[in-house]
Amino acid sequence: MAEFWTGYAWPAIWIGLQVVAIIIPLLLCVAYLVYAERKVIAAIHLRRGPNVVGPYGLLQPIADGMKLFFKETVIPTGANRGVFIIAPVLTFTLALIAWAVIPVGDGLVIADINVGILYLFAISSLGVYGILMAGWASNSKYAFLGGLRSAAQMVSYEVSMGFIIISVLLVVGSLNLSDIVNAQRHIWFVIPLFPMAVIFFVSTLAETNRHPFDLPEAEAELVSGYNVEYSSMAFALFFLGEYANMILMSAMTTILFLGGWLPPFNVAPFTWIPGPIWFAAKIAFCLFIFLWVRATFPRYRYDQLMRLGWKVFLPISLAAVVIVGGVVLAFDIQSLVK
Amino acid sequence: MIIQSLAFYLFSIVAVASAVMVISARNPVHSVLFLILAFFNSAGLFVLLGAEFLAMILVVVYVGAVAVLFMFVVMMLDINFTALREGFLQYLPLGGLIGLVLLLELAVILGGWIIAPGAAERAAAPTPAIDSVNNTEALGQLIYTNYIYFFQAAGMVLLVAMIGAIVLTHRSRPGVRKQKISEQVAREDSIEMRDMPSGGGI
Repeated sequence: MAEFWTGYAWPAIWIGLQVVAIIIPLLLCVAYLVYAERKVIAAIHLRRGPNVVGPYGLLQPIADGMKLFFKETVIPTGANRGVFIIAPVLTFTLALIAWAVIPVGDGLVIADINVGILYLFAISSLGVYGILMAGWASNSKYAFLGGLRSAAQMVSYEVSMGFIIISVLLVVGSLNLSDIVNAQRHIWFVIPLFPMAVIFFVSTLAETNRHPFDLPEAEAELVSGYNVEYSSMAFALFFLGEYANMILMSAMTTILFLGGWLPPFNVAPFTWIPGPIWFAAKIAFCLFIFLWVRATFPRYRYDQLMRLGWKVFLPISLAAVVIVGGVVLAFDIQSLVK
Repeated sequence: MIIQSLAFYLFSIVAVASAVMVISARNPVHSVLFLILAFFNSAGLFVLLGAEFLAMILVVVYVGAVAVLFMFVVMMLDINFTALREGFLQYLPLGGLIGLVLLLELAVILGGWIIAPGAAERAAAPTPAIDSVNNTEALGQLIYTNYIYFFQAAGMVLLVAMIGAIVLTHRSRPGVRKQKISEQVAREDSIEMRDMPSGGGI
């Protein structure tokens, strides 16, 4: 019995607590990201944004959540029931499980696996299934078109994202996320790899179906795209999944290019602030750009989106792999960052 | 160890069950979804074997790219389900034969390990010892250093196949109007910069 407790029960409880410690703050962040989005865009549009529920409208996301929670879940008669229900669950789950490998501070990570960045890339490439399944199972033409657009878009932009990740990996010489962050203690990769950082960020916009690449839910032509038949909590799961994915992609950008939990300069006033706060601040910065882009740019047309992905980003990122690889080999960069 | 065995049985049962569902599901889209589930569970088995790099690559390549294209095509097809079922008995003997051949080949490989115990060690010899480097690095050395020419040759074959596919399917239609973005941007009167006071209009 004692062996059972020390061998299985306590580790299981400990892992459960770690999972809760990641997921609860994440869900709170998602709720307040929605609020922040409305406030930021309102400020850019010279409006006030939500300001009625609670002080400064701070209880608005909770009110919205309660409203969705108490609505009725409608499943269309023509829908493929099983797939229809699994789709939002899958989207939301995928947005959460990726956080298992994200290091929020020095050593503060649930699973410090060797192939962390590949795991993140694999999980983010699975995100397309939720949307594709929702689009197909709804048995509605708007949802279907949204799902198809999304599949083509995410597969296209994943390619250039993969190449940019490879060019970062070539510099670091490891797939472990903590190693990638530690390799940036001299200089953040956003400076030597600046063009790649920009391309990566734009690709993450496309990968999360955000403006100006939100073709899958283009409300002007597809009503609301893949989630048009969803209501209540099923819709809420898509919504939460989309915003959790935004936070995840910002975390990926932060780890790959903005030095993760590292302070900008390794001197006294900056080092007093603990790592996780730097990490959160950098994620917040990336998220602000997400919102800023949404309020600023018009939506791309579909052929322009494909042109940008295949004819502009792919050649540049392929060239980047060759050039970065050559420079890393010629100047022995990997031993410098170790 | 118990947890590992439990995980092994979970992954393998789900993998085999979903593989059966791939060929027995009535709806082709469900078949593709079960195929994805089978891939995913195989990736889980790879992780249990300690081959985490292969597991991730399996998910990225097969689940994240190949199966998306499958699904894309299958979702758009207008399939007559009853016509699809009719050929089942007709193709059963041929399919069964191919399955039998594959089973025999697997038996030969596994039997080889039992007949000649030294074969397994020899097969693993090209990689450096797994405790000195992690398995991503071992694979990298194997593919990009020891067998670089074979790897490059395989890459060339794929490149030729890709170019061939594009050449065979590409049609150039006359009279198609295309947007030339560089010309639009270079046009002088297309963009005008104005300084806007905050809160004011033009």
